[in-house]
Amino acid sequence: MNQFTVSSSPHITARKTTHTVMRDVLISLAPASIAAIVIFGWYSLALITVCIAAAVLSEFLFNIVCKKEQTICDLSAAVTGLILALNLPTSVALWQAAIGSVVAIVVVKCLFGGIGQNFANPAIVARIVLFLSFSDSMAKNPTPTFTLVDSVSGATPLAVLSGLEGELPSMTQLIFGLYGGAIGETCSIALIIGLIYLLCRKVITWHIPITFIATVAILTLGANPIYQVLSGGLLIGAIFMATDYVTSPATPWGKVIFGIGCGLITVLIRVFGNYPEGVSFGILLMNILTPYIEKWTVRRPLGSFSAKKNVKKEGEAK
Amino acid sequence: MFSLKLKKTLMPGGTLLPHFKGTSGIKPVRMPAPASVIIPMSMHIGAPAQLAVKLGDHVDVGQLIASAPSFVSAPIYASISGTVKKIDTVLSSTGSSVQSVQIESDGLMTPYAGLKAPEVTDYTSFIAAVRESGAVGLGGAGFPTAVKLDVKDTSRISEIVINGAECEPYITSDTRTMLDRVDDIKYGIELLEKYLDAKKIIFGIESNKPECIAEMKKLADEDPKIEVVSLPSRYPQGGEKVLVYNTTGKLIPEGKLPIDVGSVVLNCTTLAFIASYIKTGMPLVEKCVTVAGGAVKNPQNVIVPIGTRLRDVFDFCGGLVCEPKKVLWGGPMMGISVPDLDETILKNTNAILALTDKESPSVKTTSCIRCGSCINACPLHLDPTAFTRAYNNKDGAQLEALHIGMCMECGCCSFVCPAKQPLVQRNRLAKAVMKQYQASKPKN
Repeated sequence: MNQFTVSSSPHITARKTTHTVMRDVLISLAPASIAAIVIFGWYSLALITVCIAAAVLSEFLFNIVCKKEQTICDLSAAVTGLILALNLPTSVALWQAAIGSVVAIVVVKCLFGGIGQNFANPAIVARIVLFLSFSDSMAKNPTPTFTLVDSVSGATPLAVLSGLEGELPSMTQLIFGLYGGAIGETCSIALIIGLIYLLCRKVITWHIPITFIATVAILTLGANPIYQVLSGGLLIGAIFMATDYVTSPATPWGKVIFGIGCGLITVLIRVFGNYPEGVSFGILLMNILTPYIEKWTVRRPLGSFSAKKNVKKEGEAK
Repeated sequence: MFSLKLKKTLMPGGTLLPHFKGTSGIKPVRMPAPASVIIPMSMHIGAPAQLAVKLGDHVDVGQLIASAPSFVSAPIYASISGTVKKIDTVLSSTGSSVQSVQIESDGLMTPYAGLKAPEVTDYTSFIAAVRESGAVGLGGAGFPTAVKLDVKDTSRISEIVINGAECEPYITSDTRTMLDRVDDIKYGIELLEKYLDAKKIIFGIESNKPECIAEMKKLADEDPKIEVVSLPSRYPQGGEKVLVYNTTGKLIPEGKLPIDVGSVVLNCTTLAFIASYIKTGMPLVEKCVTVAGGAVKNPQNVIVPIGTRLRDVFDFCGGLVCEPKKVLWGGPMMGISVPDLDETILKNTNAILALTDKESPSVKTTSCIRCGSCINACPLHLDPTAFTRAYNNKDGAQLEALHIGMCMECGCCSFVCPAKQPLVQRNRLAKAVMKQYQASKPKN
């Protein structure tokens, strides 16, 4: 007698898996990675390689040590490694970068229970840890090695805006990323191509990046909003880090609040704080608030209101 | 074209599915009588029907073999002519045992001599006729139609929504009804207008069936009470709450029926059947089912006597080209997978699918990545991730607060989940946890 597989419905499933989602994120980061290598030279490739390798390897070893099912094939560790690498300037030593990856994966992700369980974005925490531990090499912002076109050297545009001596990059330099900074954050055009790809593939929705960027732009209207938006870590943060599924709200309104919150904190730190850059801290603080935002913005099931309210609602419809 | 426009706000959520409706262009073929049929006594929601024949009795097509014992039930009629060979129990789709009658065919398909068109003169006799016809929701739900139409006071009905959404992939039997049985549908609408005092009749049809919309539009041109709404081809348009909302703009509150907001929802095939019963007196003995799936040699729509084994139906369609991975009653989103081909066609079976491993792949469940796809896909704005947390804690009170009872198990959340979490299955288990909690809760 034939015996078929018997299971609960539904019997078909979308092709999208965690693996394909992460693959799409990697693809969307490809333009920024290529731009990093072109602008800041082969050392960028070394940074990217070391960060990804350290991230994947540490997750692999953690799973072996803890006798857990191997999860490196979902590519999420590779995504974390790549995002971290793109957040580092070329003045960071390879061993420092590797430490960042290990912190991101082991401390922030695996110790909290692996993918889906971390309360904060691993790459953000790692960036902050490196920033506090190796302030010298993290704050250096080396000049681009790309020599075909002139680029601006010295302090980052944001540092200049907050009072440091230096020269602001031109509009073209700003868009193509020909100024000092972390390797992946300077080339605005590459990051925006990544955003368009993610939106087209429906990996992320517009809510977080747009509200985040718009908030920063509006709040800095009197103080060079174009520089505030296009330079520094805002684009990479808003597009790739704030949109991390695990640490951002899942509800549409939650995403809007999250984006506005990130923008607000970023501007407060940039304008009033000691640091020229506030994106990482902005996202980290909002990560922590995510469960609450989600609780506030949870959608009421359709038709679940009380009978009395329903009568009213029907009356309105008529 | 005016009535084709979607005027109401659409219910968001749901998901885009592949359609696989390749069988929609083929006219249904009537299958000859199989050697025997097995008819279970419970093919509807409600009390099982009560047996009215004995072993060895001779029955003809359309002869009563089981009567409805209570209000929420439906009578059952012999689907072939022959001899009652065996009275047995079979395993029903819900997992419980149910009495069944096996009829061995005499190959003649003689119609029962006592059949005559029912006399319908008013509301009461109309409902009585629908009750006698054995009609149940033919779209798949299997709820006795007479119970649904028995609204006591017809002034409660402000509109009747005819469900022609057929939102499940593969299934095209309702499509064929709307194309081939226009006369029956037309007569059915006349009956609804006459006896149920329907002021408005709205067809809800997904936009992927333009030929059905055009056909029903012709009816609407003749009758100002008829409206045709083209629904987006976004699953689950055929879900009762979604359909009523997208055709009338009314939201059915939790735990309420469409009639509570003045709507009656009727599947188009159910309507066509009621019309043909009142014309001819032939009760529900056969069903048009879509036979499809990668493992079927000749996918098509077949008119099958109720109780025919799936094996016989697949054989009629040229057999199976390969061993299917899953065989389903109904569509791939909400259909029930059957263990073997000895299961039979029921009243509410609208499709049988033999899916290959490629069509219905085994998936590996991974950790939830909190992407929120399920939350945004839920047509009723429920939160499957919250259900999961509450279910893992066996927290019945929390599940009740999250309104898990509203989940219609449409399958959108499981379909879209990138981590391939069995969300619908978990919701079903969670509903049991909530019921247990509600039963243990002291009543005040």
